[in-house]
Amino acid sequence: MERGRRMERQSGRVVRQAFLRSIPVMAGYIVLGIGFGILLRSAGYGVLWAFAMSLLIYAGSMQYVGVGLIAGGASILTTALTTVMVNARHLFYSVSMIGRYQHARYKPYLIFALTDETYSILSDGRTPQDADPDLYRLLLSAFNHCWWVTGSVLGSLLGSVLPFNSDGIEFSMTALFIASFTEQWLTTRDHIPALTGLLSALACLLIFGADRFLIPAMLLITLILSLLRTRIEQGKEAGR
Amino acid sequence: MTASVHTAVLIAVMALVTMLLRFLPFLIFRADRPIPPYIAYLGEVLPAAIIGTLVIYCLRDTSVTAAPWGAPELLAALCVVGLQVWRRNPLLSILSGTVIYMLLVQLVF
Repeated sequence: MERGRRMERQSGRVVRQAFLRSIPVMAGYIVLGIGFGILLRSAGYGVLWAFAMSLLIYAGSMQYVGVGLIAGGASILTTALTTVMVNARHLFYSVSMIGRYQHARYKPYLIFALTDETYSILSDGRTPQDADPDLYRLLLSAFNHCWWVTGSVLGSLLGSVLPFNSDGIEFSMTALFIASFTEQWLTTRDHIPALTGLLSALACLLIFGADRFLIPAMLLITLILSLLRTRIEQGKEAGR
Repeated sequence: MTASVHTAVLIAVMALVTMLLRFLPFLIFRADRPIPPYIAYLGEVLPAAIIGTLVIYCLRDTSVTAAPWGAPELLAALCVVGLQVWRRNPLLSILSGTVIYMLLVQLVF
C-alpha cells in the first residue's frame, strides 16, 4: 500500500518533469504546427488530413514539403525519394542513440518519435535525478508529439475560420531551414560541410533543374564530404 | 485511383519511409559493437550539408530572371538570418520572416 503510493508520487513527478522540459518545444511545435495546418488547409485538405499526417509522419519539415507533394499529385517514387532526402538526417540521430535506446522500454515509440527537437533534448543523455529514465523519455516524446498534433489541428481549424489571405505562408518552411542553417553556422567552427551542401545543391539545381536535382545533390555531397574526410577530421583535431 | 486515395497512399509512403529511416540504424548496428568510423563521420558532417541543401530546395522555384527577381525571397531570408544572429530565437526568426514575406508578396510586389 505504502509502496504503491510512493510509486504513484514518483510517476507524478516524472510527468511534471517531462512536461516542464517539453514547454520550449510546445511553443515551437504549436506555432509551426499551426503554420502547417493553415498551409495544408490552403492546399485544400482539411482537419482530418492534418491530424493524420501529424500523428503518423511526425516530421515537421517533411510535412511542409509533403503539402506540395500531395497537392501536386506527386508519384509514389518521387514521394519516397523526397522523404529519404528530407529526412536522411534522422538516420544519424538514430545512430547516435543506439547505445542509449537498445535496451530501453517503449523502444519502438521512442525511435518513432525521435524528431529534431526531441533528439536535441534527449541526445545529451541526461534525465532528471531519481526519475525512471525510460518513462521520462517516453513522456517527453509523447508530450512533444501531442503539441505537434494539437498545433496542426488548431492551424487547420483556424485556417478555415479566419478569412485571411494566406499567400506566401509557404515561406515558413524556407524560413525554418534558413534559421536552422544560420544557427548551426553560429555554433560550429568548420563551415565546410554547410557550404558543401549549399553549393552542391545550387550547382545541381542549375544543371539538373528544379524537379530532379535533389538526388544528384545528395550523391555529390556524400562524395565531396567523403573525399574531404581526412582534411575535416584533421581540422577538428587541430581545433582541440 | 481517386484523388483522396492517392493522397492517403502518399501520406502512408511518407510515414513509412520516415519510420524506416529512424529504425534502420537500430536494425543494422548493435549497441555492443562500435559504429564504423566512416558512418560516425557522416553523422557528424551530413546534417549541416543537408540543411544547406534544403534551403536551396525550398527556393528552387524562385525565378531570378524575371520580375521581381527573387527580391521578396532575398529580403525575407536576410531578415531571418539577421534576426537569428541577433536574437538566437528560431521561432522569432521564422515567424518574422514569414510575415515579412507574406506582406511583400501580397502588398509590394
